[in-house]
Amino acid sequence: MRVIREFKIKAKDFIHAGEGSMEIRKALKSLNLNAELVRRISICAYEAEMNVVIHGGDGTMSMALDDTGVVIEVTDNGSGIDDIDLALKEGYTTAGVEAQQMGFGAGMGLPNMVRNSDFFKIESEKDYGTYLIMCFKFNK
Amino acid sequence: MKLSEVREILNAEVISGDDCLDIEITGGAASDLMSVLLGKKPTEGALLLTGLTSIQAINTSVIAGMAAVVFVRGKKPDNAIVSHAKTHKIPILSTSYNMFLSCGKLYSNGLKSITWLP
Repeated sequence: MRVIREFKIKAKDFIHAGEGSMEIRKALKSLNLNAELVRRISICAYEAEMNVVIHGGDGTMSMALDDTGVVIEVTDNGSGIDDIDLALKEGYTTAGVEAQQMGFGAGMGLPNMVRNSDFFKIESEKDYGTYLIMCFKFNK
Repeated sequence: MKLSEVREILNAEVISGDDCLDIEITGGAASDLMSVLLGKKPTEGALLLTGLTSIQAINTSVIAGMAAVVFVRGKKPDNAIVSHAKTHKIPILSTSYNMFLSCGKLYSNGLKSITWLP
């Protein structure tokens, strides 16, 4: 598996939020992958990127692939998630007004990532940050 | 439905992408919450109707593969957002109709909701 894209995400930078995920989408499209798969991966990357911008300290995102599928990994050194089970519930949010003005913070981010990925795992430690990995298979 | 028909039905102003009016719209979605559009719905080629003029309305359209954006209630994005939309080839229109009227007019002219698409 080789990493084909890696970039930094800056916390609270709502203006540039999403640029990394759009790069990922562009890279995937150039590989002539199935359009629905590209859409699912792009959405997951974008939601994860927005989460770092909204909640994180700064973070990084990487995309790797091999013949079987794509892996997206995201880490941030933000304040971490208090209760992961609660955060995974649709509609639960701790996002502020700034995120909501951008059309986010509806408590849909993590559920959308779970829904659109083939494998999803999240680990978080209070005051240290959050790590998540999402996998997508080419042939399901 | 073609984007040119959307413009006609909504009496909309084309803010950018007047060379893209020939594109075919697969369905419609209306929301000010971007995450709602990023669920498991067939957004590819669809039209986004929104009152949200932030840069994330454009980014969401790019990520979700949407074909064009219509800003309702006469809203117009600032120049930086227009140029961002041009870079990503997302045509943008603005209509003075509110969200309810815009959706109703498009629906009664045959544009389906994306939730009903196969």
